[in-house]
Amino acid sequence: MKQKCQVCGERAVIHITQIEEEGAASQLHFCYRHAQDYLKESDNPSSSPASGSSEEEGVPETSVACPVCGMTFAKFRETGRLGCPNDYEIFRTELKPLLENIHGNLRHVGKVPKRLPIDARRQTELIKLRQEIQQAVAIEDYERAALLRDQIDSLEKEEKRPSE
Amino acid sequence: MDLNDLAPRNGEWLRGDGSDADIVISSRVRLARNLADFPFCSRADEAQRRDIENKLRTSIGDVHGDQSLIFFDVGRLDDLDRQFLVERQLISRELASGQGSRSVAIAPREDVSLMVNEEDHLRLQVLHSGYSVRQCWETVNKLDDLVEERVTFAFSEEFGYLTACPTNVGTGMRASVMLHLPALSMTKQIDRVFRALQKIQLAVRGLYGEGSQASGDFYQISNNITLGKTEDAIISNIEVVVPTIVNYERTARRSLIKENKQTLHDRVSRAYGILQAAQTISSEETMALLSSVRMGVNLNLIDDVRIDLINDLFIHTQPAHLQKLEGRPLEGEDRNIARASYLRKRLSEIHRTKPPTDSQAN
Repeated sequence: MKQKCQVCGERAVIHITQIEEEGAASQLHFCYRHAQDYLKESDNPSSSPASGSSEEEGVPETSVACPVCGMTFAKFRETGRLGCPNDYEIFRTELKPLLENIHGNLRHVGKVPKRLPIDARRQTELIKLRQEIQQAVAIEDYERAALLRDQIDSLEKEEKRPSE
Repeated sequence: MDLNDLAPRNGEWLRGDGSDADIVISSRVRLARNLADFPFCSRADEAQRRDIENKLRTSIGDVHGDQSLIFFDVGRLDDLDRQFLVERQLISRELASGQGSRSVAIAPREDVSLMVNEEDHLRLQVLHSGYSVRQCWETVNKLDDLVEERVTFAFSEEFGYLTACPTNVGTGMRASVMLHLPALSMTKQIDRVFRALQKIQLAVRGLYGEGSQASGDFYQISNNITLGKTEDAIISNIEVVVPTIVNYERTARRSLIKENKQTLHDRVSRAYGILQAAQTISSEETMALLSSVRMGVNLNLIDDVRIDLINDLFIHTQPAHLQKLEGRPLEGEDRNIARASYLRKRLSEIHRTKPPTDSQAN
């Protein structure tokens, strides 16, 4: 079966079956280069040079973090999952070749929701506030958490109003 | 409804009716959706996951009109119940083995399942017995519209519905058809079929989706591409291919009958014999033998067993189902012994009782 590398979308030549803790197996597919990176990383997770070597060519992009969810492109390459809708904007340059590889297309032509996100900025603001509240609770800054909760509530109310 | 009440029934995907039901087992369409104002699941902490769940739960609670949905808090179910739902194709293996708050809403007829906090915030699935992939799309599309009236999904004009994994972005749609292809497997023509499918960007998977083996000669065919094609085009692509594969399978069966009837009849009868007599049997062997018997029944090589009983046995001999039906936990060899005894019991019943009349026949 012809699989694509889950990191870069190139044709996968190395297939790894990984046995997880509960005995479940997951399939990983890589091109030669990213398979080497993956194996190096999983052999000695504490050493950083391995991950460093894979990013030599893409240094500027991979160090950018999404201001909304904190995701970096390097982290995405590792996990294969994005962090929030805003990542499609932030990593657009890096994602485009990947999307082209997977889908052979770059533009959506299917269903459009009747209710489009009215104000994308407000949505990302909400995600951002939710991430901040998470951090505030983690360091037990409950005063700040309460303040953030109020901000979220009022934004959510605005969100509802125009649709009714 | 309790999960234990489901166990004796055979679920929607193996109900065994619909057109071309001898080869097309079931059709399914699922849509991946995310709330616009939350991070994707992998970046959401437990408090956010609970918020997502609450928000979606109130929005999907009443979308299903005629039959109300039943909610299961998957994080709180024990391993057996989770495995049971996977075997019935109501939740994914990913949701079963995941972490944190996650749930599923199921229609009592088991044709609709809505998974919350899987890889995406919401996965809507409609599953029908037989060949009805377009009907599945129409139903799931309506459900999606109804949920969309109540929440705002992450969407961009350029990339469509935004999903946690870029392989789903765009329509967020995976349409699939489960086929039973014993003759193509037996004659080793199956690889050629798969290569042809890959050329037109369709994926082939085993019984339980990604990474699973094609046990019981069940194969799932689904679209790879979700961006840059309309939902209609994706469905049409599958609709073009399925009748062709069904024909290949029928042709392969015919030529087996014509050229090797004795060998085929022998193989089918031996499979039937083992299932009726074995004292211990693994799940894998059961699936392989049931597959032969299923084809034998469809080709009239076996005439005293009904196809819906065989369909039943496919699901009832799976590990979690077997344990639920037996009402006790069973490990390793004990489970294989219980499976063999269950098979002997069910297959001997047909000689003692008349088949129930008729609503489920054919």
